[in-house]
Amino acid sequence: MPVSAHPRAKTVPPASPSPTDPEERGRRRRSLSPRYLPYLLVLPAVVFELLVHIIPMIAGVYMSTLQLNQFFLRNWLEAPGVGLANYRVAVDLDGAVGDALVRSFLVTLAFALASVVLSWFFGMLGAVLLQRPFRGRGLVRTLFLIPYALPIYAGVITWKFMLERDTGMVNSLLESLGLTDGNTFWLIGDNAFYSIVVVSVWRLWPFAFLALVAGLQSIPDQIYEAASVDGAGQWKQFRHFTMPMLAPVNLVLFLVLFLWTFNDFNVPYILFSQSVPPSADLLSIHIYNNSFITWNFGLGSAMSVLLLLFLLVVTSVYLVVNRRRGAVDA
Amino acid sequence: MRESASFRVLRVVGLGFLALFTLAPIYVMVVSSLKPLADVQGEFTWIPTTLTLRPFIDIWSTIPLGQYFLNSTIVSLCATAASVVLAIFAAYAVSRYRFRGRGLFRVTVLSTQMFPGILFLLPLYLIFVQIGQMTGFPLQGSRTGLVLTYLTFSMPFAIWMMVGYLESIPRDLDEASHVDGAGPLKTLFLVVLPSAAPGIAAVSIYAFMTAWGETLFASVMTTTDNRTLAIGLREYSTQINVYWNEVMAASIVVSIPVVLGFLLLQRFLVAGRTAGAVK
Repeated sequence: MPVSAHPRAKTVPPASPSPTDPEERGRRRRSLSPRYLPYLLVLPAVVFELLVHIIPMIAGVYMSTLQLNQFFLRNWLEAPGVGLANYRVAVDLDGAVGDALVRSFLVTLAFALASVVLSWFFGMLGAVLLQRPFRGRGLVRTLFLIPYALPIYAGVITWKFMLERDTGMVNSLLESLGLTDGNTFWLIGDNAFYSIVVVSVWRLWPFAFLALVAGLQSIPDQIYEAASVDGAGQWKQFRHFTMPMLAPVNLVLFLVLFLWTFNDFNVPYILFSQSVPPSADLLSIHIYNNSFITWNFGLGSAMSVLLLLFLLVVTSVYLVVNRRRGAVDA
Repeated sequence: MRESASFRVLRVVGLGFLALFTLAPIYVMVVSSLKPLADVQGEFTWIPTTLTLRPFIDIWSTIPLGQYFLNSTIVSLCATAASVVLAIFAAYAVSRYRFRGRGLFRVTVLSTQMFPGILFLLPLYLIFVQIGQMTGFPLQGSRTGLVLTYLTFSMPFAIWMMVGYLESIPRDLDEASHVDGAGPLKTLFLVVLPSAAPGIAAVSIYAFMTAWGETLFASVMTTTDNRTLAIGLREYSTQINVYWNEVMAASIVVSIPVVLGFLLLQRFLVAGRTAGAVK
């Protein structure tokens, strides 16, 4: 986004010395002084950001130092402080809570990486295959976007139906293809991990597709023409021209997809409700269930803060490393 | 440029795979919504033996779907209107003025977007409960509370998109308006906004989709009074029975508004992009 084009003079209406009605002009300028106007304009947005994001976040950090259980929910400010005790419980690998949190963290990491890689791959495949015009291209592109357009719960609940053992489409399909005996449990046990990855990729790959289609459109045709003249085949063109030119898009896309999948709550919540199998126990729903089943909000807040810290570290390292490699400036 | 034969084969195979993966659930959704209950409780069949529209009638009486639909509509419309208006004002300030804190504002707005929802959920829940106790005005369990929450979910990205759209509108327009003696707000409403109409439409649909699909906060901020579709649809599953044909029918019904909106959004996005290219 071009940020540079902001001549300071812009804040003042062009000092046109129009002699018409100077008094009227002066009055208007005082009542809507350009000095205060931008602050007035952003004020409502700032107020709501504070109310729903910033203040609760600060309150959350504070809550993570309280012994905030069901007895103090109605007047949480009176809950006794316990320092870092909640954090100690959360990361204590010998305790049941810490052990479960670490397992949840590892599951989430594996889930996020698998979802990001597959979503990106499908998105890239679709974008490249649709790069050249052919009949029906517009229709295919629109159809590909449907999973992203559906409300999350409508899409995921359909998958829940499809993954049912006895009445589901997935088992029926696998059996008729001769791949399984059609009696696989997809929503309990270790298979639940594959289920959440597939559902998450189904929902997210259209977003990667959309971003990559836009990225490909911004590559000038001349580059490909020049490459063809030089005798570069399509695979070579892709590797040597397309991929490097897409680097800035990929950089942002990977980060956004990672943050979304790492924070994902909807897929496991809608697929499993309260009884989430350990193999699909993503951090968000792990913290959620811990907080609302035991009503230990202090511990839940401590886990949320740890989650935030991890994401901040990952984001910063990712951005710094990529800036050093020069991808950001490309 | 010539396409190799292997590329054409890859295209058919690749696109075919992606289309099957993408559309199979849509097919299951549609076909199951047209089956009688007995047929969705047995083994899955690709082609229904009996077709019926009954699920589309029964969904309204099995659970209070109409009420949930109304709640979702009111909450989403209010959150969208508020989010878009606030985003327009903020984006106008960011795109047309240089002011102290402008950079900080942009960074803060964007970064709150990436924070995990679960982080705000617990404190916001307690704060809403507390405000309810202190003022007697219950935010938790009310549509107002949901509107307040959802408008801030879409607002950051809405501001970001609006800034992009406003940047693409030539400043000559503003200047001409200033020369004509219009103040900044008059310029915004009469000159800048009409040119940004496609952008506003796109942002509105994005905000509406965000509110319409939100599940995490709805699961704790809603009670029987303000239950939205995201949570309401779960009620088709009871201890004894899951009315899968009705779940699928209801999923289709609740999807229609946003899918139509999204298809419109696509058109506006394309229109906006070509308009930008022409200038």
